[in-house]
Amino acid sequence: MFWPKSFNVRNRLVLLGLVIIVIMILAALLAPLLTPYDPFLHHLDEGLSRPSWSHPLGQDRFGRDILARMLYGARISLWVGVSTALVSLMIGMMIGAAAGFLGGAFDEILTRVIDILLAFPGILLALVLMALLGPSLNNVILALCLVGWVGYARLARAQVLSIRERTYITAARSIGATQKRIICSHILPNILPPLLVEATFGIGGAIVGEAGLSFLGFGVQPPTPSWGAMLNEGRQFLLIAPHLTTFPGLAIMLVVLGFNFFGDGLRDMLDPRL
Amino acid sequence: MGRYLLKRLILLVPTVLGVLTLVFLFRPLIPGDPIDFMLGETAQPADRASLRHAFHLDRPLHEQYLIFLRQALCGDLGQSIHARRPVKRMIAERIPATVELTLAAALVAVLIAVPAGVLSALHKDSWVDNGAMLFAMLGVAMPNFWLGPLLIMFFSIYLGWFPVSGHGGLAHLVLPALTLGTAMAAILTRMTRSSMLEVLKEDYITTARAKGLSERVVIWKHAFRNGCIPILTLVGLQLGGLLAGSIITETIFSWPGIGRLTITAIYSRDYPLLQGCVITISFTYILINLLTDLAYGLSDSRIRLGREPVA
Repeated sequence: MFWPKSFNVRNRLVLLGLVIIVIMILAALLAPLLTPYDPFLHHLDEGLSRPSWSHPLGQDRFGRDILARMLYGARISLWVGVSTALVSLMIGMMIGAAAGFLGGAFDEILTRVIDILLAFPGILLALVLMALLGPSLNNVILALCLVGWVGYARLARAQVLSIRERTYITAARSIGATQKRIICSHILPNILPPLLVEATFGIGGAIVGEAGLSFLGFGVQPPTPSWGAMLNEGRQFLLIAPHLTTFPGLAIMLVVLGFNFFGDGLRDMLDPRL
Repeated sequence: MGRYLLKRLILLVPTVLGVLTLVFLFRPLIPGDPIDFMLGETAQPADRASLRHAFHLDRPLHEQYLIFLRQALCGDLGQSIHARRPVKRMIAERIPATVELTLAAALVAVLIAVPAGVLSALHKDSWVDNGAMLFAMLGVAMPNFWLGPLLIMFFSIYLGWFPVSGHGGLAHLVLPALTLGTAMAAILTRMTRSSMLEVLKEDYITTARAKGLSERVVIWKHAFRNGCIPILTLVGLQLGGLLAGSIITETIFSWPGIGRLTITAIYSRDYPLLQGCVITISFTYILINLLTDLAYGLSDSRIRLGREPVA
């Protein structure tokens, strides 16, 4: 098992990150229990109301409860973050590991493809893809995955290149282990820890990516609640209703901080050299 | 160094061709008719046919590709559908504003990060260090599409110090540069701190102190000079990130740069303009990375002499 003995929840950074992540997940899952309001229901006469006892985070221009929209928006953010990171990880790991292990023309082609994709700023590529594919939740995930797998592939390739020369791989070969067995039992489990750390940061990155696309109007479309879209909407009312911008941004920052803390702590625990 | 430069330039050729190919492939790979994307599904058949001919879409794919490559490599980015002006000229008009914003953001980042990182390293585990590290953590986690509106809210609306948006004098530049530069400042602060901590442990620093040099000379002349090589490399690498971040920052502050032009091209479904913007931004990105590599090569004798650095 790759999990080191040094894993212990006393690590304050991981714990803090974990607490933020768990609170966010619980808030997203228990949204219907935590708020009595429908995130889609308009109360036009109460539009742009400031925070109050009945609406702790206030109401948007259509009178929708901001807390309810943020809780339901957390579902979108976490879903996009986790699914994008997982799919990108799987694709990147398989392609990168295959290139590193097989070498030759496949490796050469992959290196060039990675160079080409890295020549585009990630947000630009995602934006163009969203503009061409059309805005929808699935397209957001697809665009972010198409941009995101490259980093994992590069990391997986570098890891495999380093691991395949180790003596335990030579030993496995010498006792007649098949290539499939070497890859599945020896290489993949050993390249997984750094990739998991990268995926933890990737979740935060994907959440910001989704919010950024929605902020620009190319992500999740109204009336579906999305933190980025809420921020963009609130920007028009900065003067009279600053709470519309403040809370969704705070939520994005907190969840990204949570995943960054968790990733930092995880890296420290999984890498004994640090 | 010459060999290294030549190798990097040769490797650039497939990357440039690959970028152009990918930009070309956006059109045929994306589901639906590109004419629908540009004109909408309700366009008149005559307009559709005219546009199809103008973009050579009535020719086989390989011919379209060769025409596109030839034009792009000659610097011909076509004509904007809506503005009916050459794309190259439209982009050239916007580049100075983006360069101005990007360089200002980099300057802001360095001005914040270097003192913060050095002080943080000198006073390790003190409240200064903790404050700088808190800034570094928050700066990285805070998306610029939130920071921008927050800065507008505080400095423009409440204090009235800076204009809300637009392009003009120095006052217009402050908030966009802060918005764009904060994340870079956060990353640089961490890097400066760790780089200075490494250098401060070196023997030559002890020697410099033993010689009786003043602390200011030891820190800025001996420690910082050696510690700033990785910082400079990171500044170069982050410039590409600033270019990407400028897309959102320019939109928030109505800054007339290439990032905002890209968003305008997408909103107005102006495909030639979008292609031109993507190619320009990507090529600039490649150029920045190349210059960073070369600058790194100049500072590392193993690369300068054409040897592979030892891992």
